Amino acid sequence: MKIFEQKQVGTEQIPLGYVHSIETFGSVDGPGIRYVLFLQGCQMRCQFCHNPDTWQQGVGTEVTAEQILTDAVQYQAFWGQQGGLTVSGGEALLQIDFLIDLFKKAKTRGIRTCLDTCGQPFTRQQPWFSRFEELMRYTDISLVDIKQINSRKHKQLTGRHNENIFAMLAYMLAHNKHIWIRHVLVPQRTDFDVDLIRLGQYIKTLAPIVDKVEVLPYHTMGVTKYTELGLDYPLGAIRPPTPTRIKNAEKLLNCAAYTNYQAYPGYLEA
Amino acid sequence: MKQRQATDHKTDYWTGFNGGDWQESIDVRDFIQENLTQYDGDEGFLAGPTTATTSLNDTLMALKQQERAAGGVLAADNNIPATLTSHGPGYIEKDLERIVGLQTDQPLKRAFMPYGGLRMAEDALEAYGYPADSTMRQIFTEWRKTHNQGVFDAYTPDMKKARHYKIITGLPDAYGRGRIIPDLPRIALYGIDHLIEAKIQDHGNVGNGEMTDAVLKLREQIAEQIRALKGMKVMAASYGHDIAHPAKTAQEAVQWVYFGYLAAVKTQNGAAMSVGRIDAFLDIYIQRDLEQGLLTEIQAQELIDQFVMKLRMVRFIRTPDYNDLFSGDPIWATLAMAGMGMDGRHHVSKTSFRVLKTLENMGAAPEPNITLLWDKRLPDAFKQYAAKVSIDNSTIQYENDNLMRYQWGTDYYGIACCVSAQPIADGVQFFGARANMAKTVLYAINGGLDELSKVQVGPPVEPIRSEYIDYAEFMAKFDRQLDWVADVYVNALNVIHYMHDKYDYEAEELALKDSKLNYTFATGISGLSHAADSISAIKYGHVKVIRDENGIAVDFQADQDYPRYGNNDERVDNIAKMLVKKLYDKMNTHHLYHHAKLSTSVLTITSNVVYGKNTGTTPNGRQAGKPFSPGANPAYGAEQNGALASLLSTAKIPYKYATDGISNTFGVTPQTLGNTAADQQTTLVNMVDGYMENKGMHLNINVFNRDTLTAAQAHPENYPNLTVRVSGYCVYFADLTKEQQDDVLARTYFETM
Repeated sequence: MKIFEQKQVGTEQIPLGYVHSIETFGSVDGPGIRYVLFLQGCQMRCQFCHNPDTWQQGVGTEVTAEQILTDAVQYQAFWGQQGGLTVSGGEALLQIDFLIDLFKKAKTRGIRTCLDTCGQPFTRQQPWFSRFEELMRYTDISLVDIKQINSRKHKQLTGRHNENIFAMLAYMLAHNKHIWIRHVLVPQRTDFDVDLIRLGQYIKTLAPIVDKVEVLPYHTMGVTKYTELGLDYPLGAIRPPTPTRIKNAEKLLNCAAYTNYQAYPGYLEA
Repeated sequence: MKQRQATDHKTDYWTGFNGGDWQESIDVRDFIQENLTQYDGDEGFLAGPTTATTSLNDTLMALKQQERAAGGVLAADNNIPATLTSHGPGYIEKDLERIVGLQTDQPLKRAFMPYGGLRMAEDALEAYGYPADSTMRQIFTEWRKTHNQGVFDAYTPDMKKARHYKIITGLPDAYGRGRIIPDLPRIALYGIDHLIEAKIQDHGNVGNGEMTDAVLKLREQIAEQIRALKGMKVMAASYGHDIAHPAKTAQEAVQWVYFGYLAAVKTQNGAAMSVGRIDAFLDIYIQRDLEQGLLTEIQAQELIDQFVMKLRMVRFIRTPDYNDLFSGDPIWATLAMAGMGMDGRHHVSKTSFRVLKTLENMGAAPEPNITLLWDKRLPDAFKQYAAKVSIDNSTIQYENDNLMRYQWGTDYYGIACCVSAQPIADGVQFFGARANMAKTVLYAINGGLDELSKVQVGPPVEPIRSEYIDYAEFMAKFDRQLDWVADVYVNALNVIHYMHDKYDYEAEELALKDSKLNYTFATGISGLSHAADSISAIKYGHVKVIRDENGIAVDFQADQDYPRYGNNDERVDNIAKMLVKKLYDKMNTHHLYHHAKLSTSVLTITSNVVYGKNTGTTPNGRQAGKPFSPGANPAYGAEQNGALASLLSTAKIPYKYATDGISNTFGVTPQTLGNTAADQQTTLVNMVDGYMENKGMHLNINVFNRDTLTAAQAHPENYPNLTVRVSGYCVYFADLTKEQQDDVLARTYFETM
């Protein structure tokens, strides 16, 4: 983690972000090459999570939007026609005030913004909802993880319900906010045809805003982190899905049908 | 714009070309400028291999298998000193060969080259079970002096010590210095007879009759060049070709160019034997034949395939010591391609594509060392195709054309070895190994005492005696040791190049360049990342010294975290920059042979392993004997912010001082570049664009998973063609030593989860 100089916060109310880490070369977290900021803190407890070290809230490196942007713009030459800034986590929406400040300032510098979220903090309650609406004004594209279409299984898998996630997607559809949908394929947890078919049908209802649908095969590279944190690994001996099952999921989710990302213009429509 | 047609007594040969200055004097660049055919399309037009090419390639692959099985050498001469005409013609399978010519009379047989040094030539033979010949020994000790003998006649005790204790390593004092890029197209464009006439004129124009040392030297050298040109004609005639005249067809153009290269590798076992830059030039000949219906695309590809096949067959016999430094039989047949012209036109031609296609037609191979001179303005289709080839077989290196064109003032330059630009018509580099910067840090702490041998090697200055290292005290002492390194290093090179010119002059290569040349004096740095991190640790990390019973620092402990090179952190990146400039400035205070212009490189090739082996534990926590990171790469494990932060750190090393090149070896897993082939290509293109735009100089790109390497190490038989780019060149993974394989495995492969 880069060592940022600690800002003296005076009378100004500058929202601080709590950062887990920075990846300067993200090429699978949004269109093009992206500077990916991983924020600290998440309230979901996904069994397949490979970054349990990002769960705890209120810790991490304190940064201001200005510090991040000053660092990020150094990489602008690598971004090509599509790349830019992605904020991921943890769960990025848990730090919505910082996010708004960051994306708003990013847009004034002409930086393309991407939000990577699972939507868990979403609510229509105020004042949060209007904060979210403001954030969406500065967000070019969002990557939304749908963990499980089946609510009961979602609760088992993540510790949380999924209704508000669908509410967020409904908002995005209504406001033409473009998204990529990502789905982690975990044998014995999400890799059931019945769920995949339902999910595929659901995604179809969002078609106008879905630029891309990706199946992310579960992998076991997170296991060592659990050991380091002294946690039990919840998926025990579950192995990554077979290529056949990955293909099957891609078929059931109609991944090939969503190709708008290829012509992604990069910028939010004016 | 159609220019006036070429008219001359050579009309027959030049019909169809646009005329220009190139007709008045020898000027290949002007010919290319006037006749270049740019190509903006994609790879769709390319042809596969002919059956003849495939058959030859199969034979060659079988021979390589035998060579590996025989312990690395298939056959070797021990009693014929190599010259242009020492061997009769050799073939793989004569009837199938469109481009002919071998170094000796049999494929992969290694010639005996004693002029650089007899000991090294004999040791190499004996290492592979070939006896040294007593007559040769008598000739090259009693009757004919070698370069090596000359050097040791003049070395000072200090130079021998610096060499022995590996503060300076890899000096070309026992073999050819290499790194001269002949202007090979001259043979095809003008024919040897015309080149001889021009050299005779030059010979007459040296000086004003006053026989100063410089005049004498140049007169003798040009006379040797004329002799070499005549020898080339005899050599070509033995293959049934008359190269007295210019090439008439594309087939002749490729063949003539290859004869020029063959002349070089028959007579010099230089550390790097570059091919230069021939894509735009040969394309003009191919284009002319295609337009006249004399050639088909399949035949054009066959010519390029077979030319490249020959470049893959060049061999020198080396000692095991040398192989530890540079594994896998590299000869750096570096082939620079693409790039932009000074006039803003790119130089991508269909032949640039054809050369890349050879990797598919004949399988991946380390040679020639394909080097793309990159500029953001190159056509997108070409960039994408190059990225595809990189992802498929990791055989390409990318270099910043913009930086080099500006620095060297010409668009007709090639790459000598890995990263060293050289104007092809009139530039020459004196190659000069590397100084060990990380070891110099230890000498500063230990008062010039070598940390491994405990011998006083550097100047005996008071060592640092305090428990914690004080930054100011350290820097003052470091300065003293670096002064000494600069002095002994530059002067050892002065000895080497004087003797090399005298006893092992490269007449065959220099005959194909202008008679009046600009020289650069190349030096190099190894261990830059470890030196920078060590000094950063001393400055920011509060470093405690752990000493042995003799009071020599053998270990270090940093109490605090400190910035490490490779994270785009100014504080330490500035230290790395300072080190390069400091050494440069110190070396530049000295006399440089032939009034050459000083240049330095941050490049180690595979020697980072050997340099590390000979260096004690450094204050950044690198343990004694562990490999350095290659070239300008950050120390393994230092990078915490991903690949681009790492790239921006290396991009800061100023090319202005390191004009001999700044090498970055970049490893990445395919998944990290993107989920689909199209995404991966685009990511790679954007990455190279971004690096070059930030003034990054060089990128070796390796795209594979560490698992592949682990499997290849355990079962090399399953991965005979797995190529890996190491700092500055490309090598079959199976040909690396176990230690080097481990080193490649230990490197950072950027991956995201």
